[in-house]
Amino acid sequence: MRLILELALTHIAGRGRQTVVAILGVALGVGFSIAMAALMQGTEKDFIAQLVDTMPHVQITDERRTARRQPAEDLFAAAQFEGLRPKEDRRGILNPAAAFASLRSWVPGRMAQSLRTQGVVRYAGRDLGVSIVGIEPEIEAQVSSVAADFVQGSFDALRAGGNNIIVGDGLARRLGATVGTTIQVVAPTGQSRSFRIVGLFHTGNTARDEGETYVLLKSAQILSERPNAINDIRLRLDDPNAALRVARQAEAELGYKAVPWQEANESLLEALVVRNVVMYTVVGAILLVAGFGIFNIISTITHEKARDIAILKSLGFTQGNMRRLFLVEGLALGLAGSLVGWLVGFLLCFALSQVEFRLSGAGVGRELTRLPLFWSPWHYAIASAFALISSGVAGYLPARQAARLNPVDIIRGAT
Amino acid sequence: MSALIEAEHLTRILPATVPVTLVRDVSLTVGEREFIAITGPSGSGKSSLLYLLGLLDRPTGGTLRIAGQDTSAMDDDALARLRLEMLGFVFQFHFLLPEFTVSENVQLPMRKAGRLSAREMRERAAGLLEELGLAGHLDKRPDQLSGGQRQRVAVARALANDPHVVLADEPTGSLDSKSSEQVFQILRDLVRKRGKTVIAVTHDMDIAARADRRIHLVDGGVVSDERAAPAAV
Repeated sequence: MRLILELALTHIAGRGRQTVVAILGVALGVGFSIAMAALMQGTEKDFIAQLVDTMPHVQITDERRTARRQPAEDLFAAAQFEGLRPKEDRRGILNPAAAFASLRSWVPGRMAQSLRTQGVVRYAGRDLGVSIVGIEPEIEAQVSSVAADFVQGSFDALRAGGNNIIVGDGLARRLGATVGTTIQVVAPTGQSRSFRIVGLFHTGNTARDEGETYVLLKSAQILSERPNAINDIRLRLDDPNAALRVARQAEAELGYKAVPWQEANESLLEALVVRNVVMYTVVGAILLVAGFGIFNIISTITHEKARDIAILKSLGFTQGNMRRLFLVEGLALGLAGSLVGWLVGFLLCFALSQVEFRLSGAGVGRELTRLPLFWSPWHYAIASAFALISSGVAGYLPARQAARLNPVDIIRGAT
Repeated sequence: MSALIEAEHLTRILPATVPVTLVRDVSLTVGEREFIAITGPSGSGKSSLLYLLGLLDRPTGGTLRIAGQDTSAMDDDALARLRLEMLGFVFQFHFLLPEFTVSENVQLPMRKAGRLSAREMRERAAGLLEELGLAGHLDKRPDQLSGGQRQRVAVARALANDPHVVLADEPTGSLDSKSSEQVFQILRDLVRKRGKTVIAVTHDMDIAARADRRIHLVDGGVVSDERAAPAAV
């Protein structure tokens, strides 16, 4: 076997240019698929990270999955209602303090409660519909991703006065307001109060930047005329992947709808699946094309060496020896190509990671981003496994064919 | 004189829509220390017969015994082993592996046989090449040598495993007359000095005339098998 190995290596080394071409062919295939895979998985992970980052991991609202049962339904086996008008319920989550405390006892992570309502912001003759979130600044800062998105001010600024408000920079721009401007907020209840803008945030999500405002929990409760009410508990878990389990448990415990981020973003995640199928098809296609390239190069070499097969057979080498010789040559080229390919892949990833580009937030100076690349040894392993298999097959198949040939035919053909 | 090669009714038919008979009912016995020339017009089956005798090709009829062993039942690997141990080949073209040095080419069959140490193989190759007048060319590549030199390397390679029989297919066919004479001398010395048996296919009548035994083929069949005076042995 050592002889075969040595024969193979000498054979390869003796064909400088051809060998370089073969190795480069393998290396490019391996390198590009590594870079593509890194980019694919990197963008996916980045996308999910952003999703997980900007959303609460679990959001518990005062809604219920199913309509509340009417007392008659509990009393009778069959009941039918007509023209039923459900009782007006503005209490939000029942006994929020107890619910909050019981969640706190087992939920692995941080949590914040708030009251979410709708309203209209009025300034300089402009009316804009917004959602008003009443929060407790110090807790909110731990849970909400907005805390990191402030352009000016912070959640803490809310506490400086009872009538302070934080708005998105998009909203401020549309209103023509800035920090310090006093704006009018009108709630659906008819309550209307003046708030002074003490902070601006920019999340990059236009809907939020133009339609979300934060006030103190108390102020929101007054605006919506629901003293002490809470209708929204948001959890930020230590492990975002536990969201499904936590949500199920919270829902079972409280009876309120608890939505994990996966459910809230179902359509996005489904789109991601489609995207992944497309992307992995692309990576697979690159590998396949590379595999064919490898096959082509190595089988060409093998065919060219048919004469050597005849010679070696006439010297007393067996068919099995010949098959093994070319299999080893194919594998050696594949291996060398893989190693060079790793370098190519690594350098490509490095080069891609150096690409910087500015997205929407140019004015704010944030969101200066680089391509997200995910480094995984699996990419390297899979790409080289593929290269090795295709180069092995490429060496073996033509060699098997050539080894079966009668050396006489080859010798005759040559003379 | 024990028989190294015994062929009985050896026939090789090339299967095709119109089957071609390459070798027709050839029976011959080859002993030790024979220098045999196989002659005949082009297409008379000289080379085909040589390939059959050299186990590179299988007959479609008849039997072939090498050193008493019937080869018809052997599988390819067994034939390969017999080639390795008993036979050496020299072709019209040298058929050296271009990626290997002269010495490495000669060592290849020894390494395949695996009986000698690396040093012994190197020394044996050097010895063989020296005897053939190639002492200074051990580490050259085949393409750095002249045609005659390459053919002598091929002879050295054929002798690598000390075979009983050296089969040569037009060994001088692509050489000038001076190199031809050299190669002929070498082949004859194999018989005279080393006690090998040489079977050479040739259309060089000068060489054929100086062989100990001449087998003349026409249309795949033996038409004459004559020996020179045994005094030559």
